[in-house]
Amino acid sequence: MRLETRKLLDKAFSGLGLIAIAVMAVALLLILAPIIWRGSKAFVFKGTIEHRRVMLEQFGRGNAEKYRAEAAEVAAARAPVYQMLNDFESEMKGMERSERRAYKKPFREVEKGIKVLLGPIPGERMPVLLRQQYGQTRWDRTLVKLHEVLYSEEWDYSNPEAMGVLVEKPRIDLFKGTKLEPLFPYLEDHIEEMMRPKQTFYWQFITDTSKDSHIFGGIWPEVLGTLYLTLGAMLFAIPMGVVAAIYLCEYAKEGRVVSFLRICISTLAGVPSIVFGLFGLAFFLNTIHVSDSKSVLAGSLTLSLLILPTIIRSSEEAILAVPRTYKEAALGLGAGRWHTIMSVILPASLPGILTGIVISMGRAAGETAPIIFTAAVSVGAPLKIWETLSQPTPALPWNIYNLCTEHEAVDEIRHVQYGMVFTLVAIVLLLNLAAILMRARISKKLRG
Amino acid sequence: MTEEITMKKIDTFAEYGEAGPAAETQVEARDFSLFYGDFEAVRKVSLKIPKKKVTAMIGPSGCGKSTLLRSINRMNDLIPSTRAAGEMIFDGHNIYDRNIDVVTLRARVGMVFQKPNVFPKTIFDNVAYGPRLQGVKNRQELNEVVERSLRQAAIWDEVKDRLSANALGMSGGQQQRLCIARALAIKPEILLMDEPTSALDPKATAKIEDLVGELRKNYTIVIVTHNMQQAARVSDLTAFMYEGVLVEFGKTRQLFTNPENPQTENYITGRFG
Repeated sequence: MRLETRKLLDKAFSGLGLIAIAVMAVALLLILAPIIWRGSKAFVFKGTIEHRRVMLEQFGRGNAEKYRAEAAEVAAARAPVYQMLNDFESEMKGMERSERRAYKKPFREVEKGIKVLLGPIPGERMPVLLRQQYGQTRWDRTLVKLHEVLYSEEWDYSNPEAMGVLVEKPRIDLFKGTKLEPLFPYLEDHIEEMMRPKQTFYWQFITDTSKDSHIFGGIWPEVLGTLYLTLGAMLFAIPMGVVAAIYLCEYAKEGRVVSFLRICISTLAGVPSIVFGLFGLAFFLNTIHVSDSKSVLAGSLTLSLLILPTIIRSSEEAILAVPRTYKEAALGLGAGRWHTIMSVILPASLPGILTGIVISMGRAAGETAPIIFTAAVSVGAPLKIWETLSQPTPALPWNIYNLCTEHEAVDEIRHVQYGMVFTLVAIVLLLNLAAILMRARISKKLRG
Repeated sequence: MTEEITMKKIDTFAEYGEAGPAAETQVEARDFSLFYGDFEAVRKVSLKIPKKKVTAMIGPSGCGKSTLLRSINRMNDLIPSTRAAGEMIFDGHNIYDRNIDVVTLRARVGMVFQKPNVFPKTIFDNVAYGPRLQGVKNRQELNEVVERSLRQAAIWDEVKDRLSANALGMSGGQQQRLCIARALAIKPEILLMDEPTSALDPKATAKIEDLVGELRKNYTIVIVTHNMQQAARVSDLTAFMYEGVLVEFGKTRQLFTNPENPQTENYITGRFG
């Protein structure tokens, strides 16, 4: 081999390695950046007067005096809108029947759009649904809804060769010459006075319960449910996994049975998570009835089975990595197996075992499929600790999926979806960070 | 060839070494053999290790001297498929009997290994490990045991100010002396040393050798060594083993100056091994 070739090959891995790391870093950035950017908007956003009203009326938060003063000003700014609607309604009554009929539908649409934008019209009966009792709470949604009032959407199918084209038509054109005509420029010009957008820091997004299926409020039940499920899974999986690893490393005689067990554990690690979910439903709920309905308990048990192989394998590696001399020293001093394991082998292998726990903790927190059938519901109250034995819970991974696909107002709650993703990632990172710090401390203690 | 040596041994051996039958015997091997699977690592060895003497075991690599040493506290049990034949008598019992509790045995026979194997714990906890196993909980009592053991191992002055420091932070020689202190803390009747200085520099080795000379007053010591000068320096009796067979066992001075067996002579003069 030529010298240059050899030198090039010797350097190849550092180059390839750097490229691989750079690619991974970019990928991570591409994934994390939007999560952080958009997720943070659940916490920091421009909130309107309606947001403050929700906070005051639904969560008893904020300064009532200040709100009332502000609300009075807002009401004054909104009064011309309602006046114009009234005026036009009276004007319609004086019209020809055919003319009136032509105006009726577009007018109702405008009226509806304004209700969505600003909330129910004062003096009218309060709607039943909470989401209809308030206008837009967020400035970004306000602008979208304003646009919907100002423009109507129509599909143009005139060209049979092409797909339909969406055409936006200014609604103002329909009402030329009527008393409603000035409404549209007024809305456009005075929307800030009517909504009062203000930079809002809503950290209680994490600790508030949701109102009217996540249209208002926060995600506390989901956060709590995720914590319950993760910690519950750990509660079952760590003792079982570590004990199994100790048995396999220290007690079991190498042979066919142990090899078979090892193969089973590896296979278990590769089973798709949905299968674990179905197993959890069939076994924990339908066969041994750990609870009458789906419950955190059943979900934790299912998740613990899912992460058990990881914990066993990593604990085994950690235990086998403990120098044999430690074991000899302990036995030579007259320690029995139990003492050798408890006082020497486990402490020395703890950092490695913790690594496995960290990895599986992140997995347990983020798994969706196993909890669909065993623990998760779309909407629920935060559970008390004893209720986890019998009650299902909302949980972040499942609710992210649910809110993105099955919610009736998917578009309205983008911020909640991203907020949940953000929170889930943050929870997993925090759990990992805690474990990593713990691991570092123990390692340091061991190394001296 | 091994057959020949065995026969020779029966003819010539002072099984007691030169200490003679009068010296009290601590451990006695009677036709003791140890097998790793089918391999006979120790072949029908008979010898008596006297009390409060230093007995050295020498021989080329793989001659079975370490195996014999580790048979005295049954450390070989850790290796799967080992099997013993014959008897190893300690305190009137064959320690390979079915009803012998290995853990109790090991608590009476301390061992120091080739490489210092301190636990990743504090110096204090290392020494207190054995006493704690034996149920000593009283802090005062533990303090006394730790200090006495560390003094016996001639390391007290170096570590008395940092008993709560991690033992892994010490030098290799200090670690080995800590291991000796740890073994002494269980108040063993015998101290087995398996090439205790092979991983140490000459200075640390000298310290350990001085220590062995000091400890012989109170303990029966069996030391395996590769270093013949070391055996000559520290031991009262020397056993020379070759291919699993005990070739010669006698007073150290005599074995090194006037060996009875030509095999021994060849080894100590450096012609093989």
